Amino acid sequence: MSPAFPLAPERASSVAPEVDALFLFILGVTGIVALGIWVVMLYFAIRYRRRSEDERPPVIHGSLALELTWTIIPLLLMGVMFVWGSKVFFHLSRPPDDAMTVSVVGKRWMWKLQHPTGQREVNELHVPVGRAVKLVITSEDTIHSFFVPAFRIKKDAVPGRYNLAWFQATKTGAYHLFCAEYCGTEHSKMIGRVVVMEPEEYQVWLAGGPAPESPVLQGEKLFTDLNCITCHRMDDAGRGPLLKGIFGRTVKLASGEEIVADAAYVRESILTPAAKVVAGYQPVMPAFQGQVNEEQVLALIAYIESLRTPTPSTPAPPAAARTQARGASTR
Amino acid sequence: MTSDRNTLPADHYLKHGWDLKSWLLTTDHKRIGLMYLVSITLMFAIGSLYAGLVRWNLLVPDGSHMSAEAYNKAFTGHGVVMVFFFLIPSIPATLGNFLIPLMIGAKDLAFPRINLLSWYIYIVGAALTMWALLTGGLETGWTFYTPYSTVFAESNVAVAAVGIFIAGFSSILTGLNFIVTIHKMRAPGLTWFRLPLFVWAHYATSIIQVLGTPVVAITILLVALERLFHFGFFDPNRGGDPILFQHLFWFYSHPAVYIMILPSMGVISEIVTCFSRKRIFGYTFIAMSSLAIAAIGFLVWAHHMFVSGMTVYSAMVFSALTYLVAVPSAIKTFNWTATLFRGSVQWDTPMIYVFCFIGLFLVGGLTGLFLGNLGLDVHLTDTYFIVAHFHYIMVGGAIMGYLGGLHFWWPKITGRNYIESWGKVSSLLVFVGFNLTFFPQFVLGYLGMPRRYHAYPEEFQILNVLSTAGATILGFGYIFPFSYLTHSLLRGKPAGDNPWGAKGLEWTTQSPPKTHNFDEVPVVTEEPYHYAAEHEDHARG
Repeated sequence: MSPAFPLAPERASSVAPEVDALFLFILGVTGIVALGIWVVMLYFAIRYRRRSEDERPPVIHGSLALELTWTIIPLLLMGVMFVWGSKVFFHLSRPPDDAMTVSVVGKRWMWKLQHPTGQREVNELHVPVGRAVKLVITSEDTIHSFFVPAFRIKKDAVPGRYNLAWFQATKTGAYHLFCAEYCGTEHSKMIGRVVVMEPEEYQVWLAGGPAPESPVLQGEKLFTDLNCITCHRMDDAGRGPLLKGIFGRTVKLASGEEIVADAAYVRESILTPAAKVVAGYQPVMPAFQGQVNEEQVLALIAYIESLRTPTPSTPAPPAAARTQARGASTR
Repeated sequence: MTSDRNTLPADHYLKHGWDLKSWLLTTDHKRIGLMYLVSITLMFAIGSLYAGLVRWNLLVPDGSHMSAEAYNKAFTGHGVVMVFFFLIPSIPATLGNFLIPLMIGAKDLAFPRINLLSWYIYIVGAALTMWALLTGGLETGWTFYTPYSTVFAESNVAVAAVGIFIAGFSSILTGLNFIVTIHKMRAPGLTWFRLPLFVWAHYATSIIQVLGTPVVAITILLVALERLFHFGFFDPNRGGDPILFQHLFWFYSHPAVYIMILPSMGVISEIVTCFSRKRIFGYTFIAMSSLAIAAIGFLVWAHHMFVSGMTVYSAMVFSALTYLVAVPSAIKTFNWTATLFRGSVQWDTPMIYVFCFIGLFLVGGLTGLFLGNLGLDVHLTDTYFIVAHFHYIMVGGAIMGYLGGLHFWWPKITGRNYIESWGKVSSLLVFVGFNLTFFPQFVLGYLGMPRRYHAYPEEFQILNVLSTAGATILGFGYIFPFSYLTHSLLRGKPAGDNPWGAKGLEWTTQSPPKTHNFDEVPVVTEEPYHYAAEHEDHARG
């Protein structure tokens, strides 16, 4: 996969060359500064070494001009590093709109991933080359960190939060996937690989294996199985708020506050509904903490998110899917 | 040998009893400094053994030398012991304790009994933590990240946390004692801007100790409480926030880095001026940069958390402040180098440690610019790059300064000289061993090897073997000073009051000093580091 004694990691994402250019710039500047100081220090130390015990050097108190020089020049250089670094960070933090979303759940000690089309993987992620991939990262237990050195990306998987990262692979191949945040005994075994494939190969890979359900369909199924549907009806006559179109909107809470109904809020409202109740509703919903796992929560969020766009008709998903869902629930 | 002994002063602080009681009940800052010296040397040895285990395990990629549990306990033990029980007390509690009253012309610290109390608190905290480490161990890493430490860890977290909590008070009391002493007990004529830079550095350090330590003490107590009684401070399943812990922890633990490095910078300032026989370049700038580091150092903590999910804009604020805190350190480095200019540079062991310090601290500081950089930190954080970076600061910087200071003031502390050639050899061993241990880790980190890995992919092995080889050399480098310094206690030649021709009040009294330090209160009439007073020398010569 890589040479026996590499000096730089593989460069396989669109952002990696940017990060490396920045790295080389800072390496160059700091290298010159370090070398300069070492040389001057050793030169002085040798040139002015004590030759006799009677030596009495001149009294030099200092120099304001020099102090200002070696304060301002480093400040300017660091200003450049800061601006450049922030620019790269912005790039790393903003996934393109057309990115395909892969959900990532860290769990001691494995990575569980799910594709937008529903395929699940453990410790392996297959992605097409040249396609932006957005990662929605969370954890089921303690903090982990999703790290792919070849892509120069890393993001913590924090329980109770959804963190975002993204990459666009530029080179086919298999790359290390590491957990970078210490998570206990098998921390160093919480590794895997990201396999970057040609788009056609990726399609073939997707088609292999049993046809999965998309997260939206899984979410809808859960929505029925867990009896969410009894209160969150598709008209606004339910005991719970109407969920159609709610995702991404600002809602008013019973406390008078306003909050954007994003993934984090929806998650909280499923697990601990009493925390932030929508104005006009009673806190009657049971808490689902411990009833559903992180992947199921993600599926429910995907379903609720799918209700945002004006749906063709109620109920939204095709009848076949619902039949399948009912079949599953009777099992 | 007998005649050697006879040339030491007839009366000095070590002669006031050698029985246990004379030590355990002493309020003499010099004896307490020595008690700390023995205690932290013991902790350093324990921390080094843990480091040895870590390096031994990493010789092979498959982790077959140790179980994962044992490895995790080894690196945790290494971090906890080294950070909380060696590095934080290292220079302040030993050299600071011993020297601050001498440097300011005082009889003792302001609160001698509190000083003794702080040693006892340290011992209780250290004993409790060691007990936790040895009976069941600790596998949370020294950072105690939640919810791992509060929910998932299966080890002695609560006991160790209480031990660290207790030890924190030792640090707070030492800081308080120093602040009051420096304010109230300076000799007549010793104005603030005549203070040795060692004292300035300790003043800045003490401020951090007093303001920062309570925060980490409470935080770590909350960890223990959450673990024992299942409160929901940090556990997300109980409504807590694990990221809150990181904020609280780093609010102290980043400034704690300056608790470790500032005193060392103070030592370097003293040595560089003495061994150039020349006033330090830019006295005011060095003194004020210590305060600047203490102040700005409190505002950069979240740069440890750039990948934990903060907003881009708050990350930018912390990145900018991080760059700002680098400036005062740069100012110090430039001024030390400029001090050599046209000096009379003596290549003795303490000065060689200064060269090592400047060389290594420079690498540690400059790699901080990589990590403070948002775009690079994403890739580099939590890899061996960061491990290498902070070891260059804490070992390359703090410990080099500590060893330099120990050699510099050894004749004052013990009244005897060590063997100079041994000192030189050991400083060389430490320098070479250190670089071989930690430089390869920069490369490992850039390649993407995560830290705290018990096993790792095979392509990282060569660099790990180099690192372990370096650690072996480093180990010998540390055993050396321990043996020849101990040897000098028995056989060393009497050093005289001022063997280096140094300035500063501590050199005007006898070596070893009397219990009350000075026979009469010194009066200061000179600027600091007033070298090149030729008429005095001619009179003597």
